[in-house]
Amino acid sequence: MVIHMDQKRAEAEIWKTLETVMDPEVPALSVIDLGIVRKVSVTETGGVDVDVTPTYSGCPATDLINAIIKAAIETSGFDDVTIHTVLSPAWTTDWISEDGRKKLKEYGVAPPVGQAATGKAALFGVSPDVGCPQCDSKNTEQVSEFGSTACKAMYRCLDCGEPFEYFKCI
Amino acid sequence: MKSVYYNNDNPHYQYVLGLGDDCLVLGQRWAEWLGKGPNLELDIASSNLSLDLFGQADLWLGYAAELQGEGKTADDLAMLRDAPAFRNHWLCEQPNSDWGVTTARMVMFSLYQYIRYERLTKSSDPRIAEIAAKALKEVTYHVRFSSEWCMRLGQGTEESHRRLQKGVNELWRFVAELFETPDWERDLADKGIAVASEDIREEWDQQIADLFEAAGLTRPESTGRVIGSRHNGHHSEHLGHLLCEMQFLQRAYPSTAGNVW
Repeated sequence: MVIHMDQKRAEAEIWKTLETVMDPEVPALSVIDLGIVRKVSVTETGGVDVDVTPTYSGCPATDLINAIIKAAIETSGFDDVTIHTVLSPAWTTDWISEDGRKKLKEYGVAPPVGQAATGKAALFGVSPDVGCPQCDSKNTEQVSEFGSTACKAMYRCLDCGEPFEYFKCI
Repeated sequence: MKSVYYNNDNPHYQYVLGLGDDCLVLGQRWAEWLGKGPNLELDIASSNLSLDLFGQADLWLGYAAELQGEGKTADDLAMLRDAPAFRNHWLCEQPNSDWGVTTARMVMFSLYQYIRYERLTKSSDPRIAEIAAKALKEVTYHVRFSSEWCMRLGQGTEESHRRLQKGVNELWRFVAELFETPDWERDLADKGIAVASEDIREEWDQQIADLFEAAGLTRPESTGRVIGSRHNGHHSEHLGHLLCEMQFLQRAYPSTAGNVW
């Protein structure tokens, strides 16, 4: 029972540590804000298992993210850390925390709008009204479906003229 | 007559291999646009499409290697097979030519992939189901991207319309192969593992018809004849050239044990 309590405490400590591990491609967000850490468990012998899910199957940062999560946990005093990649349930932008959305906007990236569309709406639907992260105007237009990373699209504000990135909804 | 490359000893493996090879080969075609896209945005879009497809190829081929049971990895399957061992559709390996041909190829294939993945999310094989669910989200975006370009070119200038229509006309002969269903695939589908390709033809035909109508494109008459068969290791000459470029580095400087690229 005592061991059990220690395990729980250790897990809570690791979750806290992970709040300081930033996404290398969107450094405003931690891996917790992004919602890609699914599970942390500490075994009786002090081993740590972490379930991480990729945002996009081809995200080139996946290996790096796994490595920095492992390193951060090891630095905080655990030496037996294993990262497991889990695919199911598939990550969607709905996993990004409220706090994460706020941080994205402050960073200058428009957070995903609404829920990911499915079915025919997703295939041929109109683009959502994306607010400009600088002046909050909804008078914006999409410049490109793809931006500097797979998870973002390029937009332009028609009021303040500022180009910006939109974290797309999937 | 069976070719020496025909192998239905392990249909489960062959099926997953085919899913992966489509992604890998089409992903390589998109990578070829890198540095020479029609404009900066499309150059970036091309490499993003490529990344998505390579990511999916990695997942499918990783699972295929497990099903094969010879201790190989996704990298081994991608880099150390020759053209006759590939199981991708002929449509995926056709050269990029111009943006019209590339758009025609992508809209035709990504719609096919979308319908296939959507049904595979209900596969009785949980590994297939979870990879399909992950990939479906990305392919949804690919369909949007390519159908928007279809509209733009189809309803754009006379020249853009001509080029897109030329792409559709040139590639239409590879459509029949998309729906070819060997007996072993039908068996897998009966078990709930796979999707029998011919079962998705109706939905694909309908969606393509709607899109072509909206974009003002003429749908070519289909002969319905399959040219060669990927299941027998037949491919157009283009695949060999594609693999030459893709596999050169790995083959010229092979990784030694424990020393992976």
